[in-house]
Formats: sequence, structure tokens, C-alpha cells
Amino acid sequence: MITVENLCKRYGETTIVDAVSMTIAKNSITVIVGTSGSGKSTLLRMINRLVEPTGGRVLIDGQDTRAEPAHLLRRRIGYAIQGHGLFPHRTVGENIATVPQLLGWEPARIRARVEELLSVFQLDPKEYADAYPHELSGGQQQRVGVARALAAEPAVLLMDEPYGALDPIIRAKAQADLLEIQRRFGTTIVLVTHDMDEAFHLGDHVAVMSQGRLLQYDRPAVLLTRPADPFVARMTGLADRALRLLSLTTAGEAAVPGLSAGPRVAASVSLREALSELVWKGAESAQVIDADGTARGHLTVASILGHGRPA
Amino acid sequence: MRVATLLRWGALTLLVTFLLAPQWFAPVFAPLTEYGAPPIYDQGNLLVLALAHLATVCLAAAASTVVAVGLGILVTRPSGREFLPLSRTLVNIGQTFPPVAVLAVTVPLVGFGEKPTLIALFAYGLLPIFENTIIGIQTCPTAVLEAASGMGMSARQRLLSVELPVAMPLILEGIRLSLVINVGTATIGSTVAAKGLGEVIIAGLLSNNTAFILQGGLVTGLMAILLYDAMVAFEKRVLRRVRIE
Repeated sequence: MITVENLCKRYGETTIVDAVSMTIAKNSITVIVGTSGSGKSTLLRMINRLVEPTGGRVLIDGQDTRAEPAHLLRRRIGYAIQGHGLFPHRTVGENIATVPQLLGWEPARIRARVEELLSVFQLDPKEYADAYPHELSGGQQQRVGVARALAAEPAVLLMDEPYGALDPIIRAKAQADLLEIQRRFGTTIVLVTHDMDEAFHLGDHVAVMSQGRLLQYDRPAVLLTRPADPFVARMTGLADRALRLLSLTTAGEAAVPGLSAGPRVAASVSLREALSELVWKGAESAQVIDADGTARGHLTVASILGHGRPA
Repeated sequence: MRVATLLRWGALTLLVTFLLAPQWFAPVFAPLTEYGAPPIYDQGNLLVLALAHLATVCLAAAASTVVAVGLGILVTRPSGREFLPLSRTLVNIGQTFPPVAVLAVTVPLVGFGEKPTLIALFAYGLLPIFENTIIGIQTCPTAVLEAASGMGMSARQRLLSVELPVAMPLILEGIRLSLVINVGTATIGSTVAAKGLGEVIIAGLLSNNTAFILQGGLVTGLMAILLYDAMVAFEKRVLRRVRIE
């Protein structure tokens, strides 16, 4: 658990981060979203002390982050950034081994960890461990960047616009990978982005920042249905808020018992996609199917629409 | 590529053969002499002079490298940034001040011989190494530096395992420039009695012997070209592990 208490950053007269307090739950993904200059990156970078706070403090599992030298603290916290920042003079394997090496792991353990991570990120260790970063595609470089951040099994992973430089298809894949990795390692992830879709897609909780202040910090559905501030409402998008809300619930969660002769949709798709399918097919209801092919229940257009507005 | 390599080995063979057995080339240089003057430099061993010349140049370059890289590192640290303009001025003076003038100033202080030459070459060779070190370090991508700090490297680890390796191609290029410039410049050392190939040229000028002048010039020129090539080859070897995106 990360506790941020009254955290401030000022440069002279300018306040970048203004008394932000928040509690980030273990094993969850928290997304900090805001326009550029909102202080979101600075807030993130104060967690691993790449930026030293002017006031307030950060506790990780109850321990003040200032209790140890900053560089030692950072070895326990994963950090992935936009443009990946891979070391150009080191191979992919050496890049991933950076933090374990700093921590003085046994060479055998490092090798095993590098191979494990490359496999997790769908990069064949035989082919890629000895490749140099410039030999990889943008998406692969980004994956290596995240693998490097996770190498020393950190409990916390900070990500600063990690997918900003990726094209939409690779970005969607990277986001799916991140959700998978979060489930697999149980890492507490704090991610900064300016992309609201990304925030809603990834975040268990979303924090909206503007001009250094934390405007609202809650589950995505609450941000949509009960925005605390007109700015939050604007950020989350007034025009398509109903559709965004639908995208937060899966067909499996919304399905009610019963059968339908309509199109079949997977339980894992969002209501937004299910609705789109119904509109496309001109059907009134859909059959929801589990991954193993059994019927979960059914959905009607009316029941879907019910999920698209505040309860 | 093949032809270039062949030319290089040819040049090296020619240089070594000439230095080891200069008399073999007497017929080539004979037409350049008058009144039965010796066609091949006979006031000293050419091989010894060439090696002394090379040693002076390398020693000066080593000193320039240590000082210029050290200074370059210092002025790119947050604590040393304010020394950048001052260091740049000093290093620039080293390059603008003609080496001959440096000799004139230093001889009264340290006497004749190798010392004033080393000082002049050292000062003259600082600039390319210093500027390249700074550019190399300053152009290291911010994301790479941020990642290094974010991974938990200390300032020292970051310098040694990220900044310097990434800047290495430019630093080596600076050293190469400095070396090659000074192979030629070192000939003036002979005016203050430093051992070197300048002796051959000066002897030629004094006795009006074109063959001597040409020998001194050719050996110096070949050495500069071969040194350049050797450095390029060395850089390629080193840089195979220091690739930039």
C-alpha cells in the first residue's frame, strides 16, 4: 500500500503539485490522469524520489520513503517510462538485468529471471537476449522496458506514459499484457497518462489531476456518474459518458439468466461492444457465452442501456 | 573497401620498410639532391626519430585525454556546471595559441627538449577531446538518463555505466582528431631540440636538401594517416558494444 500525505512540489513561486493525499491499494492499478502540466508526472516521480517533495511525505507499506538513500529506494520500485529509455550499449538481456545486478543477485538467478521475463513478454530468449535495443521494433522495446522495470520483482511499479509512443494496435496489446502481468505478479501499479480511454481501460482507480491538485480519486464508474468537479466531467467526456460507462462492465457481469436466439457474445467483452454487436445485427437480445462455451445468460438492449446511466 | 584495406597495408609496409632500410630508397631520392648531397637522411636513425616522434605525440594525447575527459565530466555534473564557460575558454586558448608561441613561452621556463613540445601538444590537443566529451555526455537521451536514475543507479554508477559508454564514440573520435593533428604539429618540436621527425625536415631546409624535407614530410604524413586508420579500427572494435539507436 502506498500512502501519499499532503504531498507538495514548488519551484519558487510556482506550485506543481499542491497538497495531494491519496491511498493506493495493494495489488491494484491506479491511473493518474490529467492534461499536460497538471503535475501528474511530478506526483509519480515523487513516489520514487526522482523529484524530492517540497512538503508532505510518501509511505510505502507504512515506511517513509525518506528512510533510505533515494537510489536504494528506487531499486525496490519498478520504473518504466515513455520512450522506454533502454541503454543503447547494453543487450536486451543486460538491460533487463540492470536492477538485479545493482542488487547483487547471483548470475544464475539473474539469467533465470531474464529468461522468465522475456518469455512472459513473448520474446524468445534465444533470439532476443543478446540483441541490442536498436534491433527491436518499437513495441518490443517498450516490452523490454517494462520487463526491465519488473526484473527485481518490485512490489510497486511506476509507469510514466509508458504507451505514449506506440501506435494504437501495439498499444492495445501492451495494455492487455499489462493487465495480464498485474494479475500474474500481483504488482501494485501506478500509471500516469493523459489518455482517458487508457485510464478507464486499465485503472481499478483513477485519479484526475489539474493544476497540481487532485480533483477526484475513485473507481472509473464513480468518476463518470458522480464527477466531483466540472473539469472531471469534461476530462471523462460528457458526450460519450454513457458509452464509456458501458465499457466498464463486461457482458458476463451484466448477463441475466435466460436464453436468447440473438447473436452470441463472449462474457469477457464489454457492454459497449455487446451493444454495438446488437445494433449491427439489428437484434434485440444476445446470448452471453463463457470462455468454455457454456451459456452464461442473456442480455437485452434495454438491460444493456440500463447500465449506461447512473443507478 | 578491399582496395582501401590493401592501400593501407601497402602504406604500412612502405613506411616500415623505409624506416628499417632507408638506403634501399636512395635511388628514388637521389634525383632530388644536388652536388652529391646524401639522398637519405644521415644525421640520425630514422626509425629512432619516428618512434620518438610517435612517443611524444602519444604521451601528449594521453595527457590531453585525461585532462579533457576529466574536465568534460566535471562540467557536465550538476555541481560543476558553472565551470563550463571558464573551462571552455581555457581549452579554447590552448587551441588558438599557436604551438610555436607556446614553445617560445615555455622554453625559458622548462628548458629545451621534449618538455616544451609535450606542453604545446598537450594544450593544442585538448579542445577536440573536451568538446566531444561534453557533446557526447550532453546528447545522451534524457529517457536513458532518467531510466538509469529510476533503476536506482547512484550518480557514479550512472556516469560509469551509462553516460561514458554512450558518449564513448564521440570521445574516441576526439582523441583520434587530437592524435592526428599533433602528429603533424609535433614536427615543430625539433626547433627546441625535441627528438622527432621535424629534425629531418629542418636539416633539409638548412642544407637545401629537398630529399630530406620530403622524407621527413612523407614519414610524418604516412604516420598520421596510419594512426587515423588504426584509431578508426580500434573504435569499431570498442564501439561494437556501444551502439546508439
